[in-house]
Amino acid sequence: MATRVDTLEPVPAPERPPERRLPPRDWARENLFGTWFDTVLTVVFALVVAWLLYRVGKFALVDARWEIIERNITNLMVSGFPREELWRVWAALLVLAASLGFGAGALAATRRREVEEGRGAPPQRASALRRAGPILLLVAVLLWFAQSLQATLLTVAVGLLGIGAYLLGRRVSLRATRAALVVLAGIALAFAVVVAFGGVGWHDWGGFMLTVFLAVGGILLSFPFGVLLALGRRSSLPAVRVVCVAYIELFRGVPLIAVLFMSAFMIGFLLPPGVDRPSLVVRALIGLVLFTSAYVAEIVRGGLQGVPAGQVEAAQALGLSPLRITTRIVLPQALRSVIPGLVGQFISLYKDTSLVAIIGLTELLSVSQNITKQPDFLAQGLIVETLLFAAFVYWAGAYWMSRESQRLERRLGLGER
Amino acid sequence: MSAVTTTTRRPPPWRNVRVLRIAFQAVFLLVVAIFLLYLWETATDNLRRLGIRTDFRYLRQPAGFAVPDSDFRSSQSLFDAVLVGMQNTAKVALLGIVLATVLGVLVGVARLSSNWLVRRAAAAYVEAFRNVPVLIIIIFFWLGIFLRLPPISRATEILDLVVVSNRGLVVPWFEKVGSGAAFGVVALVGLLLAAAAWLWRTRVFDRTGAAHHRVLWAGGVLLAVLAVGFFATGRPWVFQTPERGELATAGGFRLSPEYAALLLGLTIYTASHIAEIVRGSILSVPRGQSEAANAVGLSGFQRMRHVVLPQAFRISVPPVANQYLNLVKNSSLGVAVSYYEVTKITQVSISQAAPAVQAILVLMAVYLLFSLSIALVTNVINRRLTLKGR
Repeated sequence: MATRVDTLEPVPAPERPPERRLPPRDWARENLFGTWFDTVLTVVFALVVAWLLYRVGKFALVDARWEIIERNITNLMVSGFPREELWRVWAALLVLAASLGFGAGALAATRRREVEEGRGAPPQRASALRRAGPILLLVAVLLWFAQSLQATLLTVAVGLLGIGAYLLGRRVSLRATRAALVVLAGIALAFAVVVAFGGVGWHDWGGFMLTVFLAVGGILLSFPFGVLLALGRRSSLPAVRVVCVAYIELFRGVPLIAVLFMSAFMIGFLLPPGVDRPSLVVRALIGLVLFTSAYVAEIVRGGLQGVPAGQVEAAQALGLSPLRITTRIVLPQALRSVIPGLVGQFISLYKDTSLVAIIGLTELLSVSQNITKQPDFLAQGLIVETLLFAAFVYWAGAYWMSRESQRLERRLGLGER
Repeated sequence: MSAVTTTTRRPPPWRNVRVLRIAFQAVFLLVVAIFLLYLWETATDNLRRLGIRTDFRYLRQPAGFAVPDSDFRSSQSLFDAVLVGMQNTAKVALLGIVLATVLGVLVGVARLSSNWLVRRAAAAYVEAFRNVPVLIIIIFFWLGIFLRLPPISRATEILDLVVVSNRGLVVPWFEKVGSGAAFGVVALVGLLLAAAAWLWRTRVFDRTGAAHHRVLWAGGVLLAVLAVGFFATGRPWVFQTPERGELATAGGFRLSPEYAALLLGLTIYTASHIAEIVRGSILSVPRGQSEAANAVGLSGFQRMRHVVLPQAFRISVPPVANQYLNLVKNSSLGVAVSYYEVTKITQVSISQAAPAVQAILVLMAVYLLFSLSIALVTNVINRRLTLKGR
């Protein structure tokens, strides 16, 4: 007699063995002093690490002359931005906090509902504080250098607005694409706040603000271009495929600095006589977009290859047009599977914006080198402090984004390398 | 049930898929060609109007600048300057690849160590250097460390072997005092004999199944021939430690501060990426392999050497090759520390009124050459390593 499937109880997933919490001495015995070789390693590494921490700590807290950073913190953040228009930057930060918080809250609500309905992955157990750690550290360091009550109050206001928007968003649960649209609208509005109505054109931005602008603008603009290139590379038309392959291999084979040189020096020659040469910021952005879209194309191509052929065949059997198949069936699945890869590319772009210092733009790295040439600080060897500060700012952002990307990968159940 | 008659009449051209495909491709190519031609025409028009030449003959003109640490004279042509730049790029790229691989594998294995302290220290290294732009690391080494070292008169010597000063690092190296040609012949003979030993041991293995130890045999033969030849040709190479004078060092091999900064920065940055790849590839070897190795009674070292690492190596080849490519491309950041690799030479020649468009095209062609060569070698290695049936 055959077993009736519908009367079987679902088998619960096997529980993982409980993690052993060893008392300190046993833990040390196992993890640090397991074998003779282990003991030697522990002693050597403990000495080296202790010495390193001592030297670094002594430098950071005692020896270093951080006055150069304190005096130039506004310079480092926004470089030549007119100081009387700085309220626009704060207003833009408020708008960004509101839209990002709202989008994040809406997304969290959707995910919680998915888990309740049994459709989603179980939530991961990191507290919000731990997740936001690197960013909070960065903000704390910046505020400490700013030494300004006004800046601290404004930052707290931005934070509270973000949290409030998050709680509001949690009541309105939106799907991921709608939440992304809200965030994009917020970015556009923040941009308008700074630029429009007698504001400061983006050709005059500098410092860390320019870094973030180039990174975000770069990834947003190269995304559609990269998707088109990826689709073209997989096209069945040989002409289209050859052109796309040539573009992708060209821009992946040359270093970014060569592309930036190309856009800095050559774009002027490629325009007809009547047209003005675009500003250096535009040229740098064009170079970054041309370069990044080739990498985005390769990432998206990987995603497109991962969509099972049966999806396309089923869509064809249902009579969907090729355009509909691509936009409604293939691309959503492909893009969803490569989100971690795209975030990785964004992190790379965020770090690579430091290269525009070589073509003369005053972004964070360039400002940190220039301020050591001010008359008050000239020839004091303060380059170490300023470079460490710039490195820390880049590190905090990139480390936070890579941790979030790992969380995302775990949630999507991918990349179990 | 009716008989279906199929017609073999072709659909009209405006509905015929084959015609449409060809027509679309023709239009697409036409648009791309027109666009590129338009750019080309505008560029040459603008250049001609500004009196800048539009061909590549500028490469034959004298460079007008000197390249430090080389025999290049400013009267040599710009083409030779580009060649010197490519040499310098190769110098930093090859050594960088070797050092980054060694350091990266060490840190990657350390990240999987059973010792908690070693594991966390390696993780801290990777997380620290992976998230900082490589340009900042390189500039930091150059401005923050190497240029702030004491001058030669007060330089420090490490173990009486390495002189560290603001003119760079001087390490002991071989100096040629005799004829190199005879030794070259000896080296060639040694290589041939080593190859013969390799083939012989492989044949013994095929015939009898005994362990071939062909690496040891070939290496041993080569070393023996080189040692005999070294003494037979009258010791043409001498190992020299640098002597520290008041203003300069004598002997040894000098790494300029720029070269050392670029090399160290690239090595440390790329090693952190390679460490992650090594860790990922070791973790992706199925755990059953390790458990089976333990069940069969292999020791930890044997398990690593015979079971885990060979499989991990196969998995890691494409991403590690990608990192090598990145290292070669990142060597272009020598332009920021005044190391005269090919990008810096391009920048200097543009500032000396070489035509920018052609110079940058030459630069991109050079890097495409490097990239395609590395990609070719990688594809060959990959194909030899791929499991049959994949």
